[in-house]
Amino acid sequence: MQVSNKLTPFFENLNFERDDNTMVINFGPQHPSAHGQLRLVLELDGEQVVKAYPDIGYLHRGIEKMAENMTYNEFLPTTDRLDYIASTSNNYAYALAVEKLLGIEAPRRAQVIRTMLLELNRVISHLFFIATHALDVGAMSVFLYAFREREFAMDLMEDYCGARLTHSSVRIGGVPLDLPEGWLENMAAFCDKVDYEVEHTYEALLTENRIWKMRLEDVGVISAEDALSWGCTGPMLRGSGVKYDIRKEEPYELYSELDFDIPVSDRCDSYGRYRMYMEEMKQSTRIIRQLIPMYAETEPQLMAHAPQYISAPKEEIMTQNYALMQHFVLVTQGMRPPKGEVYVPTESPKGELGFYIKSEGEPYAYRLKCRAPSFFHTGLLQELLVGTYIADVVTIIGTTNIVFGEVDR
Amino acid sequence: MRKYVPKDNVQGKAYYTDRFWVAPRVPRSEVEDAHFSAVVEALGDLAKESYVEIGQLVVHIDASNNVAALKTLKEKCGYTQCSEQSAVDYLAQDGEFELFYQLLNVTEAKRVRVVCRITEGEAIESVTSLFKSANFAEREMFDMFGIKVNNHPFLKRIIMPDDWEGHPLLKTYPLHGDEFASWYEVDKIFGKEYRDIIGPENRDPAHIDRYDTKRFARIGYEVPFGTDISEGEEEQAIEYSDTFLVDYNKKASKTLDKRR
Repeated sequence: MQVSNKLTPFFENLNFERDDNTMVINFGPQHPSAHGQLRLVLELDGEQVVKAYPDIGYLHRGIEKMAENMTYNEFLPTTDRLDYIASTSNNYAYALAVEKLLGIEAPRRAQVIRTMLLELNRVISHLFFIATHALDVGAMSVFLYAFREREFAMDLMEDYCGARLTHSSVRIGGVPLDLPEGWLENMAAFCDKVDYEVEHTYEALLTENRIWKMRLEDVGVISAEDALSWGCTGPMLRGSGVKYDIRKEEPYELYSELDFDIPVSDRCDSYGRYRMYMEEMKQSTRIIRQLIPMYAETEPQLMAHAPQYISAPKEEIMTQNYALMQHFVLVTQGMRPPKGEVYVPTESPKGELGFYIKSEGEPYAYRLKCRAPSFFHTGLLQELLVGTYIADVVTIIGTTNIVFGEVDR
Repeated sequence: MRKYVPKDNVQGKAYYTDRFWVAPRVPRSEVEDAHFSAVVEALGDLAKESYVEIGQLVVHIDASNNVAALKTLKEKCGYTQCSEQSAVDYLAQDGEFELFYQLLNVTEAKRVRVVCRITEGEAIESVTSLFKSANFAEREMFDMFGIKVNNHPFLKRIIMPDDWEGHPLLKTYPLHGDEFASWYEVDKIFGKEYRDIIGPENRDPAHIDRYDTKRFARIGYEVPFGTDISEGEEEQAIEYSDTFLVDYNKKASKTLDKRR
């Protein structure tokens, strides 16, 4: 028994030497392939995993607790810190949940901008996925190329909202800003760039690469039934042959008006999921291309008109007394949504990101539960890793595309 | 008189209250949709109350029937995924927890929320036999609220450390943590007797404890806190931290005679 104080190394009382010839290894939480703060305790028989125990909580910041102690608008920037690879999708999921609770809808221009930002974030997240996944598996150069394109995407985000990672680019009831001049042209150029690079760089480097195929094919196989039971969503679910995309099935924002396909793979393995991610990026650029001409047809209004809940535009606040009074009350006291509960699912790049909000009519949410896709994908690891080889563990963690900001919250 | 602060709910509260304000309620509609009607019919007596709120069916059941209800929903109504499972703390008002199971039907694209209530200290039956996603979700609920789950394969704290005391999402648990939380690292690494020596954690990121930097008249000539300088102080070199790049102490700088 180890003494666990006086700053001695503390191994959580694990027995490293065991009688039954198995070895227990501690993977993470500082392992570079652990995608943040995942600690995996693996029991190995030779090189095969006999038992896997994902240990999470190293990035716990109590975001759900903070939501109970902040007004609705105050909490929005905190949602950036959930899935920090694609912050706008968290901001949006939260804003949409509150909007559903309030019964308001964002104006058309805000919807166009939001949908564009959501798809841009999907591209950012998928580029990050392919970069880190390939790096984990051992293909270093893909990382460099994918991060180059991701940099362009983050420049676009920076041009829009001034931030590269923690965007807060969506507000409850709309968006804070209109698109800057020339942004749509840059966006169109970026779409061309992404389409070209996906086809000529990433897919050219990986799809038929025989090392890549050897490492990914038939690794991390999940049946459709298991995927549903474990709460897999997004690419993890569609990679198992279940065609369920919330954008298509329960459309929100402008997705019902847009023409796009949902890639599905029935291979159920990491390779199928990789192909799907590539296809989803192409679909995202397809969506953005359709949205660009829609922007010009919209009215300039950016925030919903709901004086009880949402401040008037700045011009009105500066010129009209009543708008200023409303604004003052909303800033100092916070909005008071009606009593009720709502669960709103959205399709984030990682899967189903949903916010459950229970409101008791106070400016503070009575309970907010963030349904993070990565949390359930981490739970899946305890079953998925059993029987695989230690070399495939990293591939499987990579293919689940988990982000610890939203696992631990 | 000092304002009374309730101890059973220490979360953020509205500072301004209007006693004539009656919060409206999100409209709840009758179950009219054909699919949802079939679901309520399949549940039969298990459903105590059912209505549609913001596009999703909400069914209230008895906590003891949770496995039976979820089994019916899974096997007869096609709700093959449990998206989320957690609890809401109503201990202060009713002495109860409200538990909810958020279910998804993939073929119909419909969602149902099954809601039940348990009293404090009561345990709930695990639904991991039906939905494996409940494994992590129930562990999180146990960790955050202390709700025991019967027949869970591995009911253990998931987010907080194993030796943690208290359940952070309870309304009685303050946002900044309780006494156990504030001394957790000190107690664990050094022992309780070191609390006085180490002192409480300072959460002010701009805190400076070496020099009195608020005597603005003496910028560049700071002295430690509480030093009496009415009679002038002794010459002494100031030790800035290494991250502090600007050296205001002119005496330490060297002036060159000519350009190098």
